[in-house]
Amino acid sequence: METLIFDLDAKPLREVNQFLHGDASGLNGKAFVIENPNGAHSIAVGLKSDIHVTVKGHAGYYAAGMNQIAKVTIEGSAGSGVAENMMSGMVHVKGFASNAAGATANGGLLVIDGDAGLRTAIALKGADVVVGGSVGSFSAFMAQAGNFVILGDAGEGLGDSIYEAKIFVRGKVKSLGADCEEKTMNPEDRKILADLLAKSGHAGVNPDSFKQYGSARTLYHFHVDNAGAY
Amino acid sequence: MCGIVGLLVKNQKMRANIGELMMPMLIGMTERGPDSAGMAVFTAPVGAKELKFSLYAPSMVFNWQNLVQELVTQHNTQASISVQGNHAILVTTLEVSLVKTWLKQAYPNVHLLSVGHAIDVYKDIGLPADVAKRYNLPHVTGTHLVGHTRMATESAVTPAHAHPFTAGQDWCLVHNGSLSNAHSLRRKLEYEGIEFETDNDTEAACRFLEWRMREGDDLEAALNQGFEELDGFFTLLMGTKDQLALVRDPYGCKPAIIAEHDDYVAIASEFRALAHLPDIKNAKVFEPSPKEMYVWKL
Repeated sequence: METLIFDLDAKPLREVNQFLHGDASGLNGKAFVIENPNGAHSIAVGLKSDIHVTVKGHAGYYAAGMNQIAKVTIEGSAGSGVAENMMSGMVHVKGFASNAAGATANGGLLVIDGDAGLRTAIALKGADVVVGGSVGSFSAFMAQAGNFVILGDAGEGLGDSIYEAKIFVRGKVKSLGADCEEKTMNPEDRKILADLLAKSGHAGVNPDSFKQYGSARTLYHFHVDNAGAY
Repeated sequence: MCGIVGLLVKNQKMRANIGELMMPMLIGMTERGPDSAGMAVFTAPVGAKELKFSLYAPSMVFNWQNLVQELVTQHNTQASISVQGNHAILVTTLEVSLVKTWLKQAYPNVHLLSVGHAIDVYKDIGLPADVAKRYNLPHVTGTHLVGHTRMATESAVTPAHAHPFTAGQDWCLVHNGSLSNAHSLRRKLEYEGIEFETDNDTEAACRFLEWRMREGDDLEAALNQGFEELDGFFTLLMGTKDQLALVRDPYGCKPAIIAEHDDYVAIASEFRALAHLPDIKNAKVFEPSPKEMYVWKL
């Protein structure tokens, strides 16, 4: 595979991103390395071809946001909003991720090897998110669809006002948010979890060591008796 | 939005270059705070009976020598001053209250930025790079420092509203965020006889924590009180003569990132402010948890 190296110390990020947004027929199948990211914002956002971009260090806000088809590997940590609104493809953060990782992501797979901050997978709309460490408070708030796997612990208010996303937690949950409850894992859900563990580098982890959480479906429609829970 | 930066240098040799190490950090946070900038540096302390006063004059051309002469003659004392344009550091053995009262009467336009044995404060409006150049900040030396770049959201853009804020002696605080109960906090403190210099929300937090410590709380107890009393969004970075401390509000609304290295501890709002520190690749980089206290001692 052909690999092209961009050094952000020498080339402006906007030019790099514009190059990566080029015609898919000329980009598909290629690999790119971004050196000296130094925490810059919006690295590799809006990709839409079958390419693999490796970020050699720490990324700033919104890295790999709106990703489609492409694979993005961040070898360091990621700032707020990594892979936000991802549509497809894969984003892999080898370090930790800050707040709102995978926010509103529609599709694709976000893998974070370390911890993730507050509001991880907030308003998740169909993507799969796997966090190797723990997640902060208010994660999966109003998550609508998709699967969210947490190998560590979860903070306060997990899954508050959740719709139909599925949450799997291996560690402790500090507290569940309004209308989020523990579910019994059926064989279908167990398979989803096992597949995601295999895809995200946790093949040896037993799916039975997780608890599943989801919506109690009492807040879908406004009911005056529930006013206090909104 | 604002940028905060802090640096505590453990390696003795590197302390001579602390200003230079800080520059890419402060300037790196320009996008988060382009309207004002400031820095508190903790230097080698003055003599036990002496105190340092960081002063700010409204004009770049100001006769500081006259000010010192008048102070010395009127109080039959000794004093020295080092000047950088509209900024000066006055060293004297006079009592704090005496100096404060005299300044207010004789030089009402001169603003007192800090008092202490070790602290020097510089702050002004303008781009961080311009403020740094104005006060020759790359050449400061010391053990630790706290810096701020401001994008004002709740009170005016003036030199006095820039951070760091100080209270008491050898204590400073910078803030990213906004406090919704600053005015009620302020009324409570005014009832305790505490005077304010601006209408800025951060000043209320700064004076509240200093008041708690003056009342006998240690830093940890004061910060716990802070979590009870401060309502709003905040990442607070504080400096004392021998420590730096960091807290984030329980909702983690405002960012912070920490790099711990054998030679230094560096704190910033974002990693891009830390990226150019020496050997950063071997530092332990992590995000502080909300509602936890992080304290580093010299």
